[in-house]
Amino acid sequence: MSVIYVLLAISITVAVGFFIAFILAVKSGQFDDNYTPSVRMLFEDELVKDKSKKKY
Amino acid sequence: MSKNACFHCGLEADASKIMFDNKPFCCNGCKTVYEIFSTNDLGCYYDLQNAPGATPKDIEGKYNFLDNPKIVDQLLEFNDEDTQIITLYIPHIHCSSCIWILENLNKLNPDINSSIVNFGKKTVRVSFNFERVSLKDVVTLLSSIGYEPYISLDDYSVGKKRVDRSLIYKLGVAGFAFGNVMFLSFPEYFQVGEFWLEQFKPLFRWLMFAFSVPVIFYAAQDYFISAYKGLRSKILNIDVPIALGASVLFIRSTWEIVFDLGTGFFDSLTGLIFFLLLGKFFQQKTYTFLSFERDYKSYFPIGITKITSEDKEESIQVYDIEKGDRLLIRNEELIPVDCILIKGKARIDYSFVTGESKTVSKQSGDKLFAGGKQLDGSIEVDVLNSVEQSYLTQLWSNDVFKHDKELSFTNITNSISKRFTITILLIAFVATSFWLFTDSSKALNVFTSVLIIACPCAIALSAPFTFGNMLRILGKKKFYLKNASVIEQLAKINTIIFDKTGTITANKETTIDYEGLELTTAEESLLKSTLRGSNHPLSRSLYTLLNEHDILTLDTYQEHLGKGIEAKYQDHNIKVGSAPFVGLATDNATLNTTVHVSTNNHYKGKFTFYNKYRKGLSKLFNKLKSEYDLVILSGDNAGEKSNLTKLLPTKTKLLFNQKPEDKLEYIKYHQSEGATVLMIGDGLNDAGALAQSDVGIAISENVNVFSPACDAILDASKFNQIYNYIKASKGAIKIIKWSFALSFIYNIIGLYFAVTGQLEPVVAAILMPLSSISIVAFTTICTNIIGRKLK
Repeated sequence: MSVIYVLLAISITVAVGFFIAFILAVKSGQFDDNYTPSVRMLFEDELVKDKSKKKY
Repeated sequence: MSKNACFHCGLEADASKIMFDNKPFCCNGCKTVYEIFSTNDLGCYYDLQNAPGATPKDIEGKYNFLDNPKIVDQLLEFNDEDTQIITLYIPHIHCSSCIWILENLNKLNPDINSSIVNFGKKTVRVSFNFERVSLKDVVTLLSSIGYEPYISLDDYSVGKKRVDRSLIYKLGVAGFAFGNVMFLSFPEYFQVGEFWLEQFKPLFRWLMFAFSVPVIFYAAQDYFISAYKGLRSKILNIDVPIALGASVLFIRSTWEIVFDLGTGFFDSLTGLIFFLLLGKFFQQKTYTFLSFERDYKSYFPIGITKITSEDKEESIQVYDIEKGDRLLIRNEELIPVDCILIKGKARIDYSFVTGESKTVSKQSGDKLFAGGKQLDGSIEVDVLNSVEQSYLTQLWSNDVFKHDKELSFTNITNSISKRFTITILLIAFVATSFWLFTDSSKALNVFTSVLIIACPCAIALSAPFTFGNMLRILGKKKFYLKNASVIEQLAKINTIIFDKTGTITANKETTIDYEGLELTTAEESLLKSTLRGSNHPLSRSLYTLLNEHDILTLDTYQEHLGKGIEAKYQDHNIKVGSAPFVGLATDNATLNTTVHVSTNNHYKGKFTFYNKYRKGLSKLFNKLKSEYDLVILSGDNAGEKSNLTKLLPTKTKLLFNQKPEDKLEYIKYHQSEGATVLMIGDGLNDAGALAQSDVGIAISENVNVFSPACDAILDASKFNQIYNYIKASKGAIKIIKWSFALSFIYNIIGLYFAVTGQLEPVVAAILMPLSSISIVAFTTICTNIIGRKLK
């Protein structure tokens, strides 16, 4: 049963890892604006750099 | 969208007859924007949303102050050798097309590295290469595509504002610890005496301890600080029993695991703090795109054009203006200081300052006050006072603006907390002394148990969740409150004071009556053609009112400043304007705005302008009159008095010619007599009154446009709903009282376990979340029921 020590160590490491990821995400401002990214992801990269392929 | 709406902005495009690419446009500005977009492959802008644009405004010279590196430096967020970053506030941002076009700015100008929109705040963060493109170019580019940024004195030097994210961190810490502690304490809930579990017990317990340390010392620190502050000023606020409960929980649990007496209550402790922070987070609803703290700085420009002694134009910063400077005020620019008009025709709109919508014409040599907006070409002025000492800005040195309303009253939770805390301490001491005599080994146990179980988690949660939800509901109804305490204050008011112009009257609309000899069709046609050439606001309103006529090409046309206009067509002449100008000796002294007309030197009659009152005004007043004292404080003259007395209930007090300070003093006086005042106003002239009142509501035709500092912003279209909103806030208070009753029941159950000395960690672990969650559910359901009744 001493495997529990290993499991505990792993699970806490994973949990702390996610916790640090959360703190970093907040710090980088990911939670400051929770609307714009939801719209932004729907835009297509339809902008054609090459003018010859222009559709409209 | 109708067939002939402008393809760019959606305005009616029939009259302009501008067609481009088979698409109608209302003006050349819109057409140009379309051209810019289509030549740059940005036509997708129009696919996302119909007619998303705004007509670009003429900004010639308006942003010259951005040439001044000192000003630019203050605005920039980041300034490196070749990259500059600035966050600009753009009021027009309103749809996904806006996001799309603003994030594709680099397609329009390759020297712009990137641009990121924050839709909620209506800002765009632009990073650009300043070797090749200046800030002024960026602003000009944005304006040319109809996204004019709003740069005011308020932005000055606050570019590096820090965002406070500590609540999210604390919530994260508490949530993380709560989840982990719950897992670790699970085996102990069932009290199985299994061999291996017994082996791991100490490890599990110390892990729980480790998780709880950051919760008590970091996540819960606000409660300790607030409790300490409360005790120091001799107030037993709600944070006192919370802090007491939390520290007893932590100390007793640590004690238990150190001496191997039991598992402790780490699960309850972390859960308690987590739920409390969650309530705080929920209540912290803010409308990022609105600002409730505006003072004159949000209206004032940053830079202004100074004319130097060598007759050169130079952009200087507003704070650098000194007495005796010569300034150039362009069309549509705000006058930032008190000054004397030297050159040019001044027509000043003082609506910011006085709330009066009429413009004032001034001759050279007249004094102009800060806060007026020049409407008629450029003028030159000599400065009399610096910005801080000007007439308008001095209002802000009044003490009311430094005073935080939220701190000055005891909220419902804290008022109950005093009795609650005393009762709990009493119970704790009585129970402890009882056990000291019967079984002294249990006494300490009982004492701590009472304090733990009585920790007023449910009480502390009822107000945040009720108010938080109410805030959201009212926000959806376009009634935006600054914070939760406004709801409580709103439920307490007994006097309602209204401003007149812009508040109970609609800003843009007026009704016009004609009195006098009837005008013939030819005369009316001539009148309309004459008015067409004038930019005076009265001419504009009159022009739109008159029937459609063929437009005549006038032979002569002359505008006499401050008097009226004169025109000639064939052998008819016409004079429109003030009474003496048209040749009427005595004006029958009406206080209302009038425009007189004479043709061929014969007096014809006059048009009288009346304010148009908002829809449902008298209905609203009749509903309010039984419960509240009603007052109207107007900065205008008494011209509308007879009209108002007819419309409004007889006991309504009407006061006219009230200066901004008078309004403030009036409210102060009534508050000293025990009135709780709700002030409803709109302009900067009401700012003092809004700050002085217990609740100040600013009415706004367009919530994105600026309103003065206030506690709440109400969309003008919802004006007639005020009564229902006040009623809803009273309902919210009632809900909180009910949920207090509910949480007392939980407390009594818990106290039974505690007093009898049989509080097991598992009981606490069940009772605490159960009470919290049921309170949250109760308040949410009830507020939603109230919310459904609102229109």
